[in-house]
Amino acid sequence: FFIVGLIFIPIGIGIFVTSNNIREIEIDYTGTEPSSPCNKCLSPDVTPCVCTINFTLEKAFEGNVFMYYGLSNFYQNHRRYVKSRDDSQLNGDSSALLNPSKECEPYRRNEDLPVAPCGAIANSMFNDTLELFLIANESDPTPTPIRLIKKGIAWWTDKHVKFRNPPGEGTLEERFKGTTKPINWLKPVYMLDSEEDNNGFINEDFIVWMRTAALPTFRKLYRLIERKNDLHPTLPAGQYYLNITYNYPVHSFDGRKRMILTTVSWMGGKNPFLGIAYITVGSIAFLVGVVLLVINHKYRSTSNTADTVAF
Amino acid sequence: MMCVPREEVVRAEDERLLQANNRKLTTYFGYPDNAIKTSKYNALNFLPMNLFEQFQRLANAYFLILVFLQLIPQISSLASYTTVIPLMVVLSITAVKDAIDDLKRHQNDNQVNNRSVLLLVNGRMEEDKWMNVQVGDIIKLKNNQRVTADILLLSSSEPYSLAYVETAELDGETNLKVKQAISVTSDLEDNLELLSAFDGEVKCDPPNNKLDKFAGILTYKGQKYLLDHDKLLLRGCIIRNTDWCCGLVIYTGPDTKLMKNSGKSTFKRTHMDHLVNVLVLWIFLLLGIMCFVIAVGHGIWQSKIGYYFQIFLPWENYVSSSVVSATLIYWSYFIILNTMVPISLYISVEIIRLGNSFYINWDRKMFYAPKNTPAQARTTTLNEELGQVKYVFSDKTGTLTQNIMVFDKCSIYGKLYGGSCDKGGSKVPDSKKEKVDFSYNKLANPNFSFYDNTLVEAVKSGDNWVHLFFLSLSLCHTVMSEEKVEGKNVIVAGRSKNVGMPIAVLPHADGVHEHPGGDATVTVSHHYTPKEQLKKHTILADIVVSAAGELVYQAQSPDEGALVTAARNFGFVFRSRTSETITVIEMGVTRVYQLLAILDFNNVRKRMSVIVRTPEDRLMLFCKGADTIICELLHSSCTDLNNVTMEHLDDFATKGLRTLMVAYRELDAAFFQTWSHKHSSACLSLEGRENKLSIIYEEIEKDLMLLGATAIEDKLQDAVPETIITLNKAKIKIWVLTGDKQETAVNIAYSCSIFDDEMDRVFMVQGKNYETVYQELRTARAKMKPESLLESDPTNIHLSTKPKMPFAVPDEEPNGNYGLVISGYSLACALEENLELELLRTACMCKGVICCRMMPLQKAQVVELVKRYKKAVTLAIGDGANDVSMIKGIIFWGFIAAAHIGVGISGLEGMQAMLNSDFSFSQFHYLQRLLLVHGRWSYNRMCKFLSYFFYKNFAFTLVHFWYAFYNGFSAQTVYDSWFITCYNLIYTSLPVLGLSLFDQDVSEMWSLCFPELYEAGQHNLFFNKKKFMNCLLHGIYSSFVLFFVPMGTIHNSERSDGKDISDFQTFSLIVQTSLMCVVTMQIALKTTYWTLMSHLFIWGSLGFYFCMLFLLYSDGLCLMLPNIFQFLGVARNSLNQPQLWLSIILSTVLCIIPAVGYIFLKPLFYPASVNKVFDRIHHCMKYPLPPPVQTRLKHASLRRSAYAFSHQQGFGALITSGKTMKIRPKKKNSSPFKN
Repeated sequence: FFIVGLIFIPIGIGIFVTSNNIREIEIDYTGTEPSSPCNKCLSPDVTPCVCTINFTLEKAFEGNVFMYYGLSNFYQNHRRYVKSRDDSQLNGDSSALLNPSKECEPYRRNEDLPVAPCGAIANSMFNDTLELFLIANESDPTPTPIRLIKKGIAWWTDKHVKFRNPPGEGTLEERFKGTTKPINWLKPVYMLDSEEDNNGFINEDFIVWMRTAALPTFRKLYRLIERKNDLHPTLPAGQYYLNITYNYPVHSFDGRKRMILTTVSWMGGKNPFLGIAYITVGSIAFLVGVVLLVINHKYRSTSNTADTVAF
Repeated sequence: MMCVPREEVVRAEDERLLQANNRKLTTYFGYPDNAIKTSKYNALNFLPMNLFEQFQRLANAYFLILVFLQLIPQISSLASYTTVIPLMVVLSITAVKDAIDDLKRHQNDNQVNNRSVLLLVNGRMEEDKWMNVQVGDIIKLKNNQRVTADILLLSSSEPYSLAYVETAELDGETNLKVKQAISVTSDLEDNLELLSAFDGEVKCDPPNNKLDKFAGILTYKGQKYLLDHDKLLLRGCIIRNTDWCCGLVIYTGPDTKLMKNSGKSTFKRTHMDHLVNVLVLWIFLLLGIMCFVIAVGHGIWQSKIGYYFQIFLPWENYVSSSVVSATLIYWSYFIILNTMVPISLYISVEIIRLGNSFYINWDRKMFYAPKNTPAQARTTTLNEELGQVKYVFSDKTGTLTQNIMVFDKCSIYGKLYGGSCDKGGSKVPDSKKEKVDFSYNKLANPNFSFYDNTLVEAVKSGDNWVHLFFLSLSLCHTVMSEEKVEGKNVIVAGRSKNVGMPIAVLPHADGVHEHPGGDATVTVSHHYTPKEQLKKHTILADIVVSAAGELVYQAQSPDEGALVTAARNFGFVFRSRTSETITVIEMGVTRVYQLLAILDFNNVRKRMSVIVRTPEDRLMLFCKGADTIICELLHSSCTDLNNVTMEHLDDFATKGLRTLMVAYRELDAAFFQTWSHKHSSACLSLEGRENKLSIIYEEIEKDLMLLGATAIEDKLQDAVPETIITLNKAKIKIWVLTGDKQETAVNIAYSCSIFDDEMDRVFMVQGKNYETVYQELRTARAKMKPESLLESDPTNIHLSTKPKMPFAVPDEEPNGNYGLVISGYSLACALEENLELELLRTACMCKGVICCRMMPLQKAQVVELVKRYKKAVTLAIGDGANDVSMIKGIIFWGFIAAAHIGVGISGLEGMQAMLNSDFSFSQFHYLQRLLLVHGRWSYNRMCKFLSYFFYKNFAFTLVHFWYAFYNGFSAQTVYDSWFITCYNLIYTSLPVLGLSLFDQDVSEMWSLCFPELYEAGQHNLFFNKKKFMNCLLHGIYSSFVLFFVPMGTIHNSERSDGKDISDFQTFSLIVQTSLMCVVTMQIALKTTYWTLMSHLFIWGSLGFYFCMLFLLYSDGLCLMLPNIFQFLGVARNSLNQPQLWLSIILSTVLCIIPAVGYIFLKPLFYPASVNKVFDRIHHCMKYPLPPPVQTRLKHASLRRSAYAFSHQQGFGALITSGKTMKIRPKKKNSSPFKN
């Protein structure tokens, strides 16, 4: 117990401190509050709807900064949701492309054409567009857009092994011939991105979305903001605004949408849980150890005398 | 199993009609032939039938239902392979086992069906196979043959067409039963012509299973004769002492009473089985409740959130409302949580039991080298029960004792011979003593050994008293000798239990090794028998006729045999007897004594006498009998001698020897004349003959002159007292159930320490009617625990408030050490309805209980009594066929009575007990090893196994419950479905099997040194409902930790490269890896005995898990079947994350801490006796071993052993009547001798 205590407390403190050093900012842009700039987008009439949210970074974000979108109350872990996909199709299997798995129902076929990518997961892909601008200073209102990198946000294995476009010559469009886009999508899968290696099934936004979350509240990596150089912080303190192309409806099921900016440490993003847990467990173990030692000492002596009497 | 009658005709039969030598009629009625079929399957129907049977088991059926549930897409929450694969494995293992069993049965059937028998065909006796015998055939059976079918006895070689059969296989009784043919058929004899011409018609009952009921009518030559069961030889009996007999086949094959009765063989289930079944039901209940909670939760979620979430996840079209959805979810969760009742539980239990049985079979320390018999676990399902035994019911003869009587000591005319004390009074160990050389006597028995040379010198020097003493021994008995004419150079080594049968009957000895009838085990050796073998034979024998080969002593009791053999060795060889003479070779001189009268033994007289006329024409009466009786009859001049002899007797008695007093009287011719007159008239009187005779006997058996006393050692088996002391320390109560006389039984009880002199009192219950027995039992109980008779006693209250049948009588603590002796007659009364509780409560308070004069059936009744009212495990141990009733169980009153465990001592008394036992070995003292070492280990292992097994499955399954709250109660699994498939089957099976096969909390040495350790098992401390609740709570806690720690770790968190960590696949990887670590650590904690194997299994399995992880999540597999192997790359991408490892460590530590704390705190707060013993063991291990506790066999001198004649009355009359003599010659020339 002492050992556990002694080991755990420092680890816990270490983790806690690391976690606390991480800069993180979270901006909810669901727009349910009337005051929110995105409130207007709740009504389905306004399409496309763009809203802007201002925020301030008190401290500069150093190192690589990651931009996430977070959803709440979104049951990406619902059983029927989770299985509503066809991995063969996503892997580029031609027969599965034209004849998706039954699991994809009711997003398997649309108007007699197979849906690619099929299933509820793909259908519900997050399709807000987020853009970040730095308002350099009060006097100069022309904002600087922050460069957001959209590649390298998915797992290497996902992008290169698990997800593949259908084989064949010609353009993606030809390869996806005979399929139709998911109902909710605005454009077909082969038009997700302009770049060839980030289009179709291997579009990284798509891949990230397809990796379903374990909990109903989750965040998914949206963009990377690479650090510039050692001298300048990646995101200096100051005024920013977030430009949102509001497409994704979560209002109906009380969902929330967030945008998160964060830096990372050796042990990932800001998460005080492990640190606190370690400290707690360590100290409890230590305390219990002390108590046990006392009890043991006390009882050992009494039981010893009892034993000697018994013999 | 029951063989179903094959033909409708047979089933409809309400009367059986058959005619001898008429097969047409048989075919007409369609009676089955004599082939039997006990096998269940054949090659074609094996698969469907076996599967059908397997699915009749609740567990298998349950899993089959689960598979079907999984096939319904609406509710299938798991891929069906998660259940199908384990189910297939389990089913195929069982099927293979069943197939092997059935193959054995096939072979057995074949063997039985192909046995040959003499069948009368067309006027000739032909050898034919058993299965070809048909109803109406006439068959001829020879001595020691098994009866082929149920046959009507027609004729036999014996006078009056008697036939003797042994029915041990049917009812477990070893004594021979007499069957007699009706006179009209007995004239047929074995005359083939007559037999072939015999055309009697038999009308009788249809086949039934009543062994003692048969009624029929034989119509022969126009006459009708009644037939009853005395004329029916049943299949399974063995012909004994009858050269041949002929019979008419009545019932065949499946119709025989044996087959009609078979199939009810007991399937013993252990307490643990019952407990597990109850727990499984509990789990089902819990499962139902949890599913219900979840279903309700789902209903609410569906209407609150799910309904609105339909923009992304529309409801299935068959879901009309949230209620429907909730109902479906109920079943989905039923499938997911099914692992709470793990399919591999039952199969693992079987494997563990099998393994532990092998330990017993392989135990070299339970291997009896002299007879090359290892211990055998004949049933593999009872191992852990061995660790819980509370009551041991033991047979005496052959189990506790070797059933060898040895003439050990004697006191002749006030002088002690054969004392193990030398002049200084110190004990001389046997090995140092010199054996007496009997070479001066050619007729001596080489097996006999005596260690006091002074006696031989006394004999040689011609001491008158010594001569007279041995003369009386060689005259006063009812032993029969037999001269062997044909079989010269024969050694006959015999052994018999005292069932009143001649020990060895050797009809033919010319070159044929025979095992003659009766209960005896007889070895015959010839002059060409190798010397080593000769030695072996003689070692085992208690009666040996040596190289001269002329003498076979047929003693009814080994005691007598021992005495006569002793006399023979000292030079007074009892040679032969006729109805009027006894020939004795006295120191080489043959003398013929005229036998005038035998005053036979009976239970009241406790003595026997012979009156002989010596060659010198003196009339002598020799008497031997119980010391208490004889000393009353002594002449007054013997008082001093009597006192000295009494001292010697006390000395003998304290050593546990069986004593006899020998006296003589010289009779006056005139006195004898008048007495003889009276005697013969009394013999002829019809009324009260017994009484009259005994009065007349008493007239002549007085004024006896004391010659001395003998002491016979009823040799105990090796290490019996030590074993019993050890078992007593383990709080195992030993009841001896014996057919012996009370004195003998009590004697043995003392000498093997069931009773000891420090006991406060030994109660005797000898009443012969209800009131006396009741009174005696009450008195005994009043002594032991006065308050137990009061109304206010908790037990009484308990008994009066719970009058329902299945209740348990709680244990009661007496205020001291007591013993109880109860005789068979009293037992018969005590086993009546109203008294049995009295008996039980009294008997269970005693440290030792001796039941003597028991019939085989009573043995079973006593066992049943304890089994019924005590919540304790019983074990019956015995060696003879008469113990089968308590070992295997017999059917009485419609239910099967048998001890929970039956142990057979193999070897001496034939195979009956062994074949019917659950465990068998050849020495009683192996029992302590079986119980204290193997039993305890098996029990501990089983308990550890169960508690761990339940724990691991709770921890595994309940995670889903917690997860339900976060995924909309949608029956989403936490784990990869492959993990679910493999978890019980592969990942965790080996460690838990390793634990339950190799673990031992203390070594065998310590468990024998500290029998107290055994007590935990008796009270079932290691696994009971409380322990189960502990497992459940710990499992719930663990699953809680296992779910929430990873959840906290990944919630709103990112990987160190910024990618999100909170995806489902990573999460399940963390949870399942943590789970593996936790259960591995847990099992490591439980393991107390680390071997290479356990290291290999435990860490190997963890390692294997990681290997499997990388394999299952590898590119290749996933690319081949992307829809089945979905977790591509998760292991590679996640296991390099520090958070993940931190979280695994955290959950492991959190799960372990309570267990460690519990282990640490338990001995402090609840210092159970077991832990104290552990402390002592650790203490002993650290410091040099304390000297082993000496088991001193101390006997206070106050106890007097009584007379130990153990034979039946009536043989004296038989000898003088000359009946046996007359039958013999008939056998030799087999001339019909009938009138």
